[in-house]
Amino acid sequence: MKLYCLSNDPNKPCHILTFKEITLMLDCGLSMQSVLNFLPLSFVASSKLSNLPNWMPNDVSDSDLEGELKENGDRIFVDSPPEFCPPLNKLIDFAQVDVILISNYLCMMALPFITEGTGFQGRVYATEPTLQIGRLLLEELVNYIDQCPKASFAAQWKNLIHKLPYPLSDSFKPKSWKQLYNMNDVNASLSRIQMVGYNEKIDVYGALKVMPSSSGFCLGSSNWIITSDHEKIVYLSGSSTLTTHPRPMDHHSLKNADVLIMTDLTQTPISNPDSMLGVLCVVVGLTLRGGGNVLIPCYPTGVVYDLFECLSVKMQDLGVSNCPMFFVSPVADTSLAYSNILAEWLSSVKQNKVYVTEEPFPHGLLVKNNKLKHFKHVYSDGFSTDFQEPCVVFCGHPSLRFGDVVRFIELWGNNPRNCIVFTEPDFDYTEALAPYQPLQMKVAHCAIDTSLNFTQANKLIRDLKPNTLVVPECYTQPPVSAPNLTDYVIENNHDRTLIPYKWGEVINLPLKRKHSQIFIETGVAQKIVPVEVKPGISLSSITGTLSIKDNVHSIQDLSSSVNKASKHVKYEWGSLNVTDFLQKLSQEGISEPKVESHGNVVVIHLQEEDALIQLEDNSTHVVCTGDETLRTKLRSIVMQCLKKF
Amino acid sequence: MPDIKITPLGAGQDVGRSCILLTMGGKNIMLDCGMHMGYNDERRFPDFSYISQEGPLTSYIDCVIISHFHLDHCGALPYMSEMVGYSGPIYMTHPTKAIAPILLEDMRKVSVEKKGDQNFFTSQMIKDCMKKVIAVTLHQSLMVDNEIEIKAYYAGHVLGAAMFWIRVGAQSVVYTGDYNMTPDRHLGAAWIDKCRPDLLISESTYATTIRDSKRCRERDFLKKVHECMDRGGKVLIPVFALGRAQELCILLETYWERMNLKAPVYFALGLTEKANNYYKMFITWTNQKIRKTFVQRNMFDFKHIKPFDRSYIDNPGPMVVFATPGMLHAGLSLQIFKKWAPNENNMVIMPGFCVQGTVGHKILNGAKRVEFENKQIVEVKMSVEYMSFSAHADAKGIMQLIQHCEPRNVMLVHGEAEKMEFLKQKILQEFSINCYNPANGETCVISTPVKIPIDVSLPLLKSEARKFSALPPDPKRRRTLHGVLVMKENNVCLMDVDDACKEAGINRHIIRFSSTVHLNDTGPALATAHKLHGFIKENLPQWPVVFAEGEISIESVLVKVEGDEDEQKNVYVSWTNQDEDLGSYILNLLNRMGQ
Repeated sequence: MKLYCLSNDPNKPCHILTFKEITLMLDCGLSMQSVLNFLPLSFVASSKLSNLPNWMPNDVSDSDLEGELKENGDRIFVDSPPEFCPPLNKLIDFAQVDVILISNYLCMMALPFITEGTGFQGRVYATEPTLQIGRLLLEELVNYIDQCPKASFAAQWKNLIHKLPYPLSDSFKPKSWKQLYNMNDVNASLSRIQMVGYNEKIDVYGALKVMPSSSGFCLGSSNWIITSDHEKIVYLSGSSTLTTHPRPMDHHSLKNADVLIMTDLTQTPISNPDSMLGVLCVVVGLTLRGGGNVLIPCYPTGVVYDLFECLSVKMQDLGVSNCPMFFVSPVADTSLAYSNILAEWLSSVKQNKVYVTEEPFPHGLLVKNNKLKHFKHVYSDGFSTDFQEPCVVFCGHPSLRFGDVVRFIELWGNNPRNCIVFTEPDFDYTEALAPYQPLQMKVAHCAIDTSLNFTQANKLIRDLKPNTLVVPECYTQPPVSAPNLTDYVIENNHDRTLIPYKWGEVINLPLKRKHSQIFIETGVAQKIVPVEVKPGISLSSITGTLSIKDNVHSIQDLSSSVNKASKHVKYEWGSLNVTDFLQKLSQEGISEPKVESHGNVVVIHLQEEDALIQLEDNSTHVVCTGDETLRTKLRSIVMQCLKKF
Repeated sequence: MPDIKITPLGAGQDVGRSCILLTMGGKNIMLDCGMHMGYNDERRFPDFSYISQEGPLTSYIDCVIISHFHLDHCGALPYMSEMVGYSGPIYMTHPTKAIAPILLEDMRKVSVEKKGDQNFFTSQMIKDCMKKVIAVTLHQSLMVDNEIEIKAYYAGHVLGAAMFWIRVGAQSVVYTGDYNMTPDRHLGAAWIDKCRPDLLISESTYATTIRDSKRCRERDFLKKVHECMDRGGKVLIPVFALGRAQELCILLETYWERMNLKAPVYFALGLTEKANNYYKMFITWTNQKIRKTFVQRNMFDFKHIKPFDRSYIDNPGPMVVFATPGMLHAGLSLQIFKKWAPNENNMVIMPGFCVQGTVGHKILNGAKRVEFENKQIVEVKMSVEYMSFSAHADAKGIMQLIQHCEPRNVMLVHGEAEKMEFLKQKILQEFSINCYNPANGETCVISTPVKIPIDVSLPLLKSEARKFSALPPDPKRRRTLHGVLVMKENNVCLMDVDDACKEAGINRHIIRFSSTVHLNDTGPALATAHKLHGFIKENLPQWPVVFAEGEISIESVLVKVEGDEDEQKNVYVSWTNQDEDLGSYILNLLNRMGQ
């Protein structure tokens, strides 16, 4: 069994697992850190961004590079449509992948890169919310990029990486970066997904079974349990033990795995989501009361549902409930609608509401009462008439490189009464803001990441008791941002093997298969005659026709038509008692044998019959002429003296 | 051979109060727990005394599975769990769990408050009963205990209707509940994978019907309604609150829109509005089209269909009214019927099956006068139409389902005896599998083949595979596996003989035979050996005969030639006891040569 690591971002994982000749891809996350190196895309020609000065390395006078790089403050940005860093495609041919398992909608953004134009022919499994909401995220992303086409694509800068300043010089594999896929690719890719339910056992070519189990992180998020007859591998990704809107995490099915692969832990190990939510509410209250607007860059789904619920209550308490909340995203309406029909995937509190015909989330009601208004874009019909300040705006994209958020920063950035609040943990907020600096608006950082922190992860591991634990290498060292926090690592423990991995590696996982499963059918079962060879231990020889169908082995009764090759075979055991044997010989009329013994070897010579029987502890050798009558007689005597099974 | 035992307490050669007891692998499972709409006495509930003369059923039943929310499938549940006594788990899908208690409460009110029934369950009992319910999602594999595994499949009969696959050990059963194999305006078609159960228990309401295309029936329905409107008549459509009602609403809504009709369409209030809300929230259980468009336009927000008020009954002019319940056995629909029946301009459309004893059943059979308990007599002059819109599989659909899941046996329930008999013959002819249709209280025993899963050591399989692939390919060749089953404490494992001896801590005893045959053949020994090789190969075409370093070997049989040129040769043949047949066969061959 081998594990390939294709993504350098443990929060946007992508692995290949090969086991029993099946190639599984575990998640296909798309690392978007690369987009931070690009200038934001604005659909109204922004004076500021378009007037940034060109930048050239000192000793380079390549005219092709002219205009590709722009400077703002001490930072250099690429002036081109943003590019993304897809999973590594050098280690494995995606055409060989049999199955892709997706854990949650945040870990599937690279799916079109994997399945389209690569010869991929396998199956993709994901839960219904993962597919539906994942579709929204993919559509939103494509829509953001498509609505701001750029005239030119910059490519030359990639050849001069070594001459560029930090952080561009440190970019991870820029030559492998790609332009985003288009809507056709998205649709084709998503049409390959087969929807599955939690705890649905899916057969993979008869060799393996895979099963998603609730991971508590977001709507439809799952951990995957991969089993064969005797082995169990658990792939744990994006999990949460906190109580929010999704169905709680199912621990039971993850226990006692031979191998536990754990990834996608929190990106904010130091802060606590609850206190961050508290800070957020305070910041929103203060800003609105001061007459300022709040801008919350976010994904169109996930924690944002909790924020609507929580903020609407808080705003009421703080006396600012007359300020509206705007939710601007090309998929805002669908996201709100879908979240309220996925009751089966929600926490029991939310689920129980459905039983009394209430909507699980209050945002339907908030929309009805005009507390929450949703629009596809800032330029959509009705937005300008409904728009009212001060207000709270939720919109994408959290990287601040595309989407309606760009427009809002341009609009509100110069007013110190306004505030931008970062709640999504995916991007570093100083990096995200860099192209807009200097900004007057306040900045608050309240990243809410509900996925497992190190304390929770270590406790979970102790509970689950895996034999082997496999984690990204970075989880075995303290976070880069806080090297003295040595608690923020995955503990090593003598009870299990800890195997770290990193990008581009192929590691062998220590799982030796010793047993498989076989089905014994009626006819064969009826012929089993257990022989007790020792107290509590019985043996029975079995002979049958082996049939292998869809990787399932079974033994059937030998049918009569089969050739002589197939006969029921029995085996002798124990040792032969010489006195007993000699007595039986004489009973059969074979007399006066010459008995010689050399050590523990006894040789019996039947002079008259010209035959020799050599007896040892664990073997008997009968040597005679071609005379079959004699040999058959001797054989039956030997057999009488031995036990068999 | 192990058996599966099935006893219908209801729905055996009958429709109504579905309740089937299933016993396999020492586990007892109750499939559905319904009531009979045609009776008002103790016959309305299944006869639970069959399970236990007295006292609660908990110790006799391991779990209860409810297929959908129709009362003939879940109506006796609170009676069973709270009055007879059962505290074990009850399984149903989320929509069923949401809707069933509402229908139960509605029925309770009609029975107790309107009819004054005694000894009926209370509202509290319905609540307590629902607390025992565990909701399941489609395709989720759920372990009831260590041995019972269940899995729900989409049945398409009503919102949340499911078929259940149940496995205990190596035995498995599929219970369909009610299902529909053709997608309709709001639900998708039933679906199941090739799960090859030992037994398929299928409903057979329409065992002998092959229904014409849905579209024709719809056109027919709309035409009749439209004609009635044109002559100023009133149309009564008795429905159950959930299910057909929503489909017909969608149908009328679109027709009214298209034809620009002005006559009012009413839907009896209360239950129905709530019901439509359930449809909105469980939209994932409806069909593909509705799911796709629900963000733009929710199909269950009706524009032309307005809530009904009792006072409208006497309003003049044409109108269409949907009213509950569906079989005209009580409630509002019966009240309206009594008012409208004497006018020949009016029409009643029965969109589903009516059980015996109900007013619906009577008028469908042509009754022109209906007498009620209080001696009230109603003349039926209105036209009576029957439109089969109830979403049951027809004969073709049942055959399709059998084809999809490939069961080893089929059992028909929830249908009429004669019709079942017809379908039974058809199943026998087409699939040549056994088909059963026990009556209520009759036990059916089905024996199933054994298939015991055991561990097998990988080296044993691998050595067989090596041997097999070493042979020239032959698609007809059977693969043979020799192994030893080691039974140690609770572990059973198949392994090769040497490993088995090691595992058991005993010594194997090998018996070897060597015999010498004299052959007269001049020339070098090697040449003789070559000849023998050819000879043996010819006689044992199926066997791997190996010739190496002057020795011939076939399995454990060794043949060696010794002797100088121009001399008599000694041919040694040697084999182990396990190859006795082969060894002695070759020895005989050589003996015959030597003569």
